[in-house]
Amino acid sequence: MKKLSLVIMVWMLLLTACSSGGQQGAAGNGNSVASADQSGKESQGSGNAEDEQPIELSFYFPVAVGGPITSFIDKLAADFHQENPSITVKPVYAGSYQDTMTKAATAVQGGNAPDLAVLLSTELYSLLEMDALEELTPRFSEEYFNGFYEAFMSNTKSGDQVWSVPFQRSTIVLYYNKDMFKEAGLDPEKAPANWDELREFASKLTVKDSSGSVSQWGLEIPSTGYQYWMLQALSLQSGSNIVNNNGTEVYFNKPEVKEALQFYTDLGRKDKVMPEGVLEWATVPSDFISGKTAMMFHTTGNLSKVKADATFDFGVAYLPANKSYGSPTGGGNLYVFKDIPEERKAAAVKFIEFLTQPERVAQWSIDTGYVGTTEAAYETELLKSYVAGFPQAAVARDQMKYASSELSTYQNGQVTKLFNDNIQSALLGEMTPEEALEKSQQQADDILKKYRK
Amino acid sequence: MTRSWPRRFRGYRLKDNLLAYALLFPSLLLLAVFTFYPMVKVLDWSFYETVLKERHFAGLDQYKHVLQDEVFHKVLRNNVWLALVTVPVSIWLALYMAVWVNGKLRGRSLIRAAFFYPTLIPMIAIANIWLFIYTPDYGLLDKFLGLFGIQGPGWLGEPGWVLVSMMVMLIWKEAGYFMIFFLAGLQSLPQEVYQAAQMDGAGPLRKFRAITFPLLMPTTLFVLVIATTNSFKLVDHLYIMTKGGPNNASNLLLYHIYETAFSFWDMGKASVLTVILLVMLLAVSIFYYGFLDKRIHY
Repeated sequence: MKKLSLVIMVWMLLLTACSSGGQQGAAGNGNSVASADQSGKESQGSGNAEDEQPIELSFYFPVAVGGPITSFIDKLAADFHQENPSITVKPVYAGSYQDTMTKAATAVQGGNAPDLAVLLSTELYSLLEMDALEELTPRFSEEYFNGFYEAFMSNTKSGDQVWSVPFQRSTIVLYYNKDMFKEAGLDPEKAPANWDELREFASKLTVKDSSGSVSQWGLEIPSTGYQYWMLQALSLQSGSNIVNNNGTEVYFNKPEVKEALQFYTDLGRKDKVMPEGVLEWATVPSDFISGKTAMMFHTTGNLSKVKADATFDFGVAYLPANKSYGSPTGGGNLYVFKDIPEERKAAAVKFIEFLTQPERVAQWSIDTGYVGTTEAAYETELLKSYVAGFPQAAVARDQMKYASSELSTYQNGQVTKLFNDNIQSALLGEMTPEEALEKSQQQADDILKKYRK
Repeated sequence: MTRSWPRRFRGYRLKDNLLAYALLFPSLLLLAVFTFYPMVKVLDWSFYETVLKERHFAGLDQYKHVLQDEVFHKVLRNNVWLALVTVPVSIWLALYMAVWVNGKLRGRSLIRAAFFYPTLIPMIAIANIWLFIYTPDYGLLDKFLGLFGIQGPGWLGEPGWVLVSMMVMLIWKEAGYFMIFFLAGLQSLPQEVYQAAQMDGAGPLRKFRAITFPLLMPTTLFVLVIATTNSFKLVDHLYIMTKGGPNNASNLLLYHIYETAFSFWDMGKASVLTVILLVMLLAVSIFYYGFLDKRIHY
């Protein structure tokens, strides 16, 4: 019997050790540290925040482009704390956009949602479906929302309700290597303005070495992860968007989209001015910087990285037009979650206001390359003088008047994935563009039909 | 049965039983919380579908839907191919390496370490290393092929190559790991049999076929089970290297479950897929342990 009681005792010990450890851990993550921190500060001096309860906000954010984004975010949080000593924002780097969404959604379903997060603007309907979001329409003035570019706002809304605030927004632009333009006998100040020119320039810029293999490509359009985004740009240029405004309907099989996908596939398979097959999203900018390709379609979010790393003179231009210019917007918005106490919601709203002040939007745009989300930001001295010295930074803003909302639907992950898969299979020559799009439409309709009433 | 049970029970002392249960309790608790409960829960979820946060009973409809799903077929086909190729090849290679480094040769421990090395590197690091190896044009493999004037395909970018590329990487990683088991097995084999065989004038090949291989069968079975389940457990590499692309050409079952659950948030469908995976692995284990096990001499 001795042995038995011994085992049981050891067990009890283990259990109590575990549970107390757990409590300590949980407290350590959250309030106790904040309050200790806070009371330390208060006792140190000022005492001006006596009646305000210290609040700590957890703020999930992803990093999707090159550059030291984490340190920028940490600085923003610290600056905010200076202005509002009672609120501490604790930024949590959560990986890619996809990882951040996974983390946030898991937390929501586990009943401990973060207070706010930067997530893709296109996750709106997925988040609505989980009933995870706090509606922001009543929390800001209409005037505040009107300060943002319309194309950015359209991905924050479902109908008339606003659910998020534009933050690190991007759009697709054309980057081109001016030195290579000169070598190919092209005017380095004149980017291709339409599809015909794009094809023509790209073929002049494609260089083969003595053994016949290509040493320099004319153009690269990435085709992993965001190929739907690239195709959407080409479709907009052909005169049609591929999605409606409440996430229930897609238009993948319109003739304009077919024309777009045909062009996309032809560049590699027929014209041979772009590598055939699949091009990694992340390696396309490296290819551009290392001189493997003369032009690329990529997010403006990489502008600061290209600026920092390119050893040659490069230009940024509108995406070439077919019938018109056009590009979808992209990137992430600020979301506030529903299942948190009211005072934390108010604090989160305050933080959002802080982040979207013109000066800060301007600095953020300069640091990262993301498009300034408000017109006011472009009127600040800061951004004005930056644009004067680096005119490439203004292209994305100017292109905003041709921009349109990004593909975002209910079951967005699934719809995007099937569309992405089918586009890839067309690019790889396994299906014709026509087949790929008909199939996508039918599969998407299958998924979305239960959301139509 | 009913009569023999109390007698058998009387053979034990209650105290001993209690002690045994107390000692087993921790494992049982962990097993219950992290294995049995999730299994039951998954089975339950697989019959429901969620639309706009409402759970509807869907019964077997969801199974029907998954079983007709083209992507599921493709994923399953990929996974079966992966298992059919990597399991025998890596086991054969592991056995070969084990026999080799078990013999008397110079720098033996260095070679052993080199073979075992892939097992020590974290999965994510492996994926990143191989990502570089497979990079088109300036990657290690293409640079090497370039010496002979061969232009490599897009290893991870072409549907025809991507699965092969993943297989090669997997075999490289697994063979060294399995080698350790075989090495341990080889070293516990009785030497007398070999001496007897020596006297009878058996050659090395004969010795391997008649003695080593049959005596190693218990190890082989164990490795076989591990290898098979491993080939269905591949997630990390896919996440880093291909995300299952292009066009699902390298997508495997567990990754597909992951993306269905945590990118599409379709828990019902993910549960169905999980149940299918469970049943498959159970079937494989039953076959191995229930069928092969009886044909092995211990």
